Amino acid sequence: MKKLMLATALVALSAAAASAQDTVRIATEGLYPPYNLVNDAGKLDGYEIDLGNEICKRAALTCEFVQNDWDSMMPNLNSGNFDVIMAGMSITEERKADRLFTQNYYPPAISLYVAASADVDLKSSVVAAQTATIQASHVAESGAQLLEFKTPDETVAAVRNGEADAVLADSEFLDPIVAQSNGELVVVDQIQLGGGVGAAFRQSDTELAAKFDKAIGEMKADGTINTLIQKWFKDKAVLF
Amino acid sequence: MFAQCADPSALNGLGWMFCYLTSGKHVLFYYSFGTVLILLAITAPVAMAFGFGGAMAARAHNPALRLFGKAYMLMVRGIPDIIFFMFFVIALDQGLETLLHHLRCPDWTGAIRTGLEFKVCPEAKIPPNSAPQIFHQIYGFALAVVTFAIVFGAFAANVLYGAMNAVPRAQLETAEAYGLSHRQVFRRILVPQMWVYALPGLSNLWLILIKATPLLFLLGVNDIVFWAQELGGSKTDSYAYPHDDWRLWYFLFLLFFYLAFTRVSEIALGRLTAKLSRGQATMAGEAMRKAAA
Repeated sequence: MKKLMLATALVALSAAAASAQDTVRIATEGLYPPYNLVNDAGKLDGYEIDLGNEICKRAALTCEFVQNDWDSMMPNLNSGNFDVIMAGMSITEERKADRLFTQNYYPPAISLYVAASADVDLKSSVVAAQTATIQASHVAESGAQLLEFKTPDETVAAVRNGEADAVLADSEFLDPIVAQSNGELVVVDQIQLGGGVGAAFRQSDTELAAKFDKAIGEMKADGTINTLIQKWFKDKAVLF
Repeated sequence: MFAQCADPSALNGLGWMFCYLTSGKHVLFYYSFGTVLILLAITAPVAMAFGFGGAMAARAHNPALRLFGKAYMLMVRGIPDIIFFMFFVIALDQGLETLLHHLRCPDWTGAIRTGLEFKVCPEAKIPPNSAPQIFHQIYGFALAVVTFAIVFGAFAANVLYGAMNAVPRAQLETAEAYGLSHRQVFRRILVPQMWVYALPGLSNLWLILIKATPLLFLLGVNDIVFWAQELGGSKTDSYAYPHDDWRLWYFLFLLFFYLAFTRVSEIALGRLTAKLSRGQATMAGEAMRKAAA
């Protein structure tokens, strides 16, 4: 009888252990509101945390969010200290080389062309952009002459002093500048650059990545993802 | 935390401030002072032990041991801390897990390394993936202690090595003339006398160690500087207590904390120096002897 009880206990324990082993550890930074943040209760919170929990519910996974420094994200992912990165990471070709991405769960950010007059021909003029940004590579591909600067402020200054005909940068950055310029600067055009924000996985983790990808696809289809975006991004929300 | 803080948007003035300063996030901030103090309390003696070992190895008669001691000092002191903290911690973690992997899963056929990826069987993960986050944090903290001890141990080793060489040769020769063995000379004559030479260097190290704790964030341990930055940054409506950029106040607070801490350390070290100088063949010891006479 004792043996039977012991055996039952062991089986129960190992079963619990087996199911517990499926815990998916999701890393986030906690410093990039509203994507991810540490709320006033000291807990991780934000769009990605809500989204991640919803994805795990749909994919029937046990998930846990952990906080990790941005600089050591990739080494720790590859080292197996966690399984997923959801930390406002933009999908780029360069990053795709060493990690798997799901489809984006936040649309590409909007970039603006801003110039001193609205009749600038963006294909043949001189356009300023910040070095090593997606905007800079877009200008280089568009056929316009690219003028690179280290800081975003310098790119705007270049348009003001006539060095460049237009500037291409994030709308969050340029919007207030245009609004405060008393009509000196105008928005010529707006485009969406980059692949948006997605969850990143180890390259060998195709199965887990597919589960996340499927859940994100479902949430896009039934509109829950837009509800979540609106909840966190409020009036700045870019919807699917 | 408190009942009256249930709805922060309805509060104002002192009530708001009270609730703000006792929010869960602030409690974590206060805890992090404890984390830093515990880290220092554990790291300092461990680093000292590493330093003592390193200095002894560098002075050893055995050439292999001497080479090891010197290489330890030179390499660790030569590598920037931040690289050491990124590289070494992951290497240590992977080393331990590889060891466990070979012990616990001898039948595992998959490769441990594929490209950049490192994959061991689930039983070899430290701590297991399913363990509560607190165990992951304790493990991270332990790795932090070991890494800090190795880095600061190398500096301490150099200080102690210099201090051991600074003890007057005549003292050791006299002891040898009395028939003391090498070991006895080391333990009874060299070590008691070297501390007074080592203390200025060691006190420098201690003060640097106090201020090096922000490196903890690289290891996933949130220290006081991280929290000050996080709590002080301007907060939008995503948070329950929105406010402007208050980092100045938080860092001012940290400034006072660090100043107070270093001041207390200095007083303690000053007393220790006075105690160790008594009866020593140094200028301070000589001055004490004259004052007493």
